[in-house]
Amino acid sequence: MTVVERREVALVDLLDRLLAGGVVITGDLTLRIADVDLVRIDLNALISSVNENVPAPWEEML
Amino acid sequence: MSGLRYVYAVCRPFGTPLPAQLTGVAGVPPKQLVHGDLVAVVGQVPEEDFAEGPLRAHLEDLDWLGATARAHQNVIDALTVVTSPLPLRLATVFLDDSGVRSMMEEREETFLRTLDRLDGRVEWGVKVYSEPTEPSGETSGESGVSGGLGDTGTRTASSPSPGRAGSGRDYLRQRRNQRKESEEKWERAEEFSRRLHESLSGYAEDTRIHAPQNSAISRAPGRNILNAAYLVPRTESEAFVELVDRTKDDAPGLRVELTGPWACYSFSGEDA
Repeated sequence: MTVVERREVALVDLLDRLLAGGVVITGDLTLRIADVDLVRIDLNALISSVNENVPAPWEEML
Repeated sequence: MSGLRYVYAVCRPFGTPLPAQLTGVAGVPPKQLVHGDLVAVVGQVPEEDFAEGPLRAHLEDLDWLGATARAHQNVIDALTVVTSPLPLRLATVFLDDSGVRSMMEEREETFLRTLDRLDGRVEWGVKVYSEPTEPSGETSGESGVSGGLGDTGTRTASSPSPGRAGSGRDYLRQRRNQRKESEEKWERAEEFSRRLHESLSGYAEDTRIHAPQNSAISRAPGRNILNAAYLVPRTESEAFVELVDRTKDDAPGLRVELTGPWACYSFSGEDA
């Protein structure tokens, strides 16, 4: 197989899968943390971690 | 045994012990919980971190979220070596082993069907980025002017200086060209992504398009145009990777990134 660059997996790639993918199990047996709530939590955490002063690079092109 | 049960994945029995040094979430080695024709891969986690309240608070903390996601992935990666696991959503927590067993019992049929569908398959991620262009001069302040100068020849009164009559027009032409180039660049990028997705789909049993990643969060240079996942048989993976590799050269100004092989996170749903 062609050598694929295996740098450390980027957190966003991981969260794309761990927070949006995987089997969602809800019900009395689990703690109610799965599904939509988690995605919202994800976004809150990510957004609060991004420095507002860092502009998105593509804005200069629009 | 006290503590809650964190479930990573459900698998067919794979008959291989997990690596002895493997640790998962909360630094705890995962164990196999066999029930019927299924195995749940489970770790014990402390209530003070994983009960609903503390978990909710922790998940707002990106460092904690990142560390937990990597620990989760660590276990899934190890499972992917020995089987084709059906991964569960991050932070699926049960009160005890019997809760996990009941869940497996209830969903046995669905799990077995999905595991059959994913058996011998892996997920590859492919992203296309438009490389960032050099900032091209000032980008603001002229928007109100451009409309009025559209009809050339009637603007002598407002020309800043008679000696430099051509400069305003030249400037606007330059701006128009830049905008046109930028639009053409997007069109090329989207066209490239569309064709790439089409040809990769030919090698894949299923595909998912994820939302493009925000570059402020990913810190990846350029703008993410395509963010897709492909379900590919392990036996076809080599051809798939080579195909992605080949496309990297025929896209000036674009960057193609491959990630994987992943467990089939994006294809774990019943509707998949």
